[in-house]
Amino acid sequence: MNNDIKQKNIKLLRTLLLVAVAMFGFGFALVPLYDVLCEITGLNGKVEGSAVKEVVYTVDKDREITVEFMTSLNESAPMVFRSEMKKIKVHPGEYYTVNFYAENLTDKIMVAQAIPSISPGLAAEYFKKTECFCFTEQTFKPREGRTMPVRFVVNPDLPKQYKTITLAYTFFDNTKTQ
Amino acid sequence: MSAVIAEHDHHDDDHAHGPEKGLLRWIVTTNHKDIGTLYLVFALTMFFVGGAMAMVIRAELFEPGLQFVEPQFFNSMTTMHALVMVFGAVMPGFVGLANWMIPMMIGAPDMALPRMNNMSFWMLVAGVLLLASTLFMEGGAPASGWTLYPPLVLQTGKALPFAIFSVHLLGISSIMGAINIIATIFNMRAPGMTLMKMPLFVWTWLITAFLLIAVMPVFAGAVTMLLTDKFFETSFFNAAGGGDPVLYQHIFWFFGHPEVYIMILPTFGVASTIIPVFARKPLFGYSSMVYATASIAFLSFIVWAHHMFTVGMPIAGELYFMYATMLIAIPTGVKVFNWTATMWKGSMTFETPMLFSIAFVVLFTLGGFTGLMMSIAPSDFQYHDTYFIVAHFHYTLVPASVFILMAAGYYWLPKWTGHMYNEKIGQLHFWLSAVSVNILFFPQHFLGLAGMPRRIPDYAVQFADWNMISSIGGFIFGASQLLFLYIVIDTVRGGTGEKVSDEVWEDAHKHGLEWTLPSPAPYHTFTTPPTVIPTEHI
Repeated sequence: MNNDIKQKNIKLLRTLLLVAVAMFGFGFALVPLYDVLCEITGLNGKVEGSAVKEVVYTVDKDREITVEFMTSLNESAPMVFRSEMKKIKVHPGEYYTVNFYAENLTDKIMVAQAIPSISPGLAAEYFKKTECFCFTEQTFKPREGRTMPVRFVVNPDLPKQYKTITLAYTFFDNTKTQ
Repeated sequence: MSAVIAEHDHHDDDHAHGPEKGLLRWIVTTNHKDIGTLYLVFALTMFFVGGAMAMVIRAELFEPGLQFVEPQFFNSMTTMHALVMVFGAVMPGFVGLANWMIPMMIGAPDMALPRMNNMSFWMLVAGVLLLASTLFMEGGAPASGWTLYPPLVLQTGKALPFAIFSVHLLGISSIMGAINIIATIFNMRAPGMTLMKMPLFVWTWLITAFLLIAVMPVFAGAVTMLLTDKFFETSFFNAAGGGDPVLYQHIFWFFGHPEVYIMILPTFGVASTIIPVFARKPLFGYSSMVYATASIAFLSFIVWAHHMFTVGMPIAGELYFMYATMLIAIPTGVKVFNWTATMWKGSMTFETPMLFSIAFVVLFTLGGFTGLMMSIAPSDFQYHDTYFIVAHFHYTLVPASVFILMAAGYYWLPKWTGHMYNEKIGQLHFWLSAVSVNILFFPQHFLGLAGMPRRIPDYAVQFADWNMISSIGGFIFGASQLLFLYIVIDTVRGGTGEKVSDEVWEDAHKHGLEWTLPSPAPYHTFTTPPTVIPTEHI
């Protein structure tokens, strides 16, 4: 191999290695890109992580939406977690409060975080919560159980095709990561 | 260091003329033929290791109920079978062919970066050994499926970091191999070997190499995120910290879909090389083959979410990924019709490499059709994660990539060894494989449509009959591959004893530069570039 080709090979090697490193970075760039995309398009049922101000809507008494509640525990977190009702019929524009109950089954202090998800995902932006235990981490004393309210309203602008909205909460045991 | 032997006295350059002696030759070698051989032997070994795992799976599924293995181990087997076959057998198999054949096909003396070539092989071995070592760790080998989806994969025991580092090593190895192939093709071609005169195998590998460089780092990034999620309290995929497990699926399949084509594009290349020789006609539509390959490679980057239609995408997303996926059928169809047209009115003969290639065209097309079925988003909800998809991708991998690797073995073994393989046993191997592969995988379509989920060690009794048939096919297929092992060993040791000519196959010298070289190919070839470039394949 003459030196000329050797030089060309090394140059190409450098360029292509750079491409590989850039693509490694691109993999990580997908993380914020994904979040931005979900936020712009409202996909994925991601909901606001903090309380919204209580606004008064005109209540649409003619329309009824079924809101279903699901509760689950991540990786068998040592807790009891349930909602006081499985579903509720609501009128868009009217505020409702539903209670959830969570209990720490261990003899230690537990820090847990509930993560909400709404489906269908595109309905998420019309589902407003003014109060929720999911906005912050919850600390439970040993064996403590408590009732936690969620106050919400369905925005009357919710497109006509949505008749049922499912609100799902998963409790994650975050004690270890403290 | 052992003595250097001068084999060919017409060389006047000053570097080594022959291989080192003994074991050291294989460890330190920078010769493209030696490294090609290493890759091919390694791939064949892993083919049997991964095959043995498949036999465990099929034995367990022979009857409903738990017979032989624990569910956890069963899940490890499906995961490891996939990882070993993809990263240990099929990919290294084609890298081995690339190492052996690309320099000989473009008239280059060696690969562009020989030392890196050696390093990438040994890194592959290290990666696969690391992966295999997880089988003996506390908590067992990864059992989450080869896609390594969180949160399930994060429940892997001690094996998780080892599996992830193994993926890193395999990734670095393939990236180095890919860079080497691109540098060889761009810088080392003989004068007159323009890009559009290159054999299609070289073309498909060039495009594959770009895919590798583009997506292997993304996969490395994804598994790194798994690692930091598990051990350094990041929350890329952990919903409790604001992450999202679905994000992993997006990143994984951004790698995963091109990865599928990394395994199939070189397959297309070998088929396009073999079929014209045995049809005794030039390849039909050479340039359309090149453009079709490039189109498939491009499309592979924009269809990934068809692997995850059921995650709850909005209708617009489903429709986009559905139509984009269907588009792939067009360049793929171009290829299938070109192969058919190449055979049309050709003076065909049916030696073993051709038999495997024809079976590839037919059975790959079948796998393509089921792929088209699954691209229809609303139907995919029924097929998702069932045996239907298992049948689909095995049709596009086993009677496609694996058959073509076999075909390549039969086609080039005489050139590599200077001996002819036993045609009778070769044909027996083909017929046993071609029949049993269908007994093995065809019933899995029915199982999937009836609702049998994939990755389960036990199943409802209504799936019993087809599972038993599938397992019987699997055992026959597995056993038939021992014939291939026998043929390879027999050919290396002398084969039929018949002296093979330089071109081996009738008029093959018109189709590729490798057939203008002596058989077996000398240790160093094309130290001076060839002057006549064959163009029959164009």
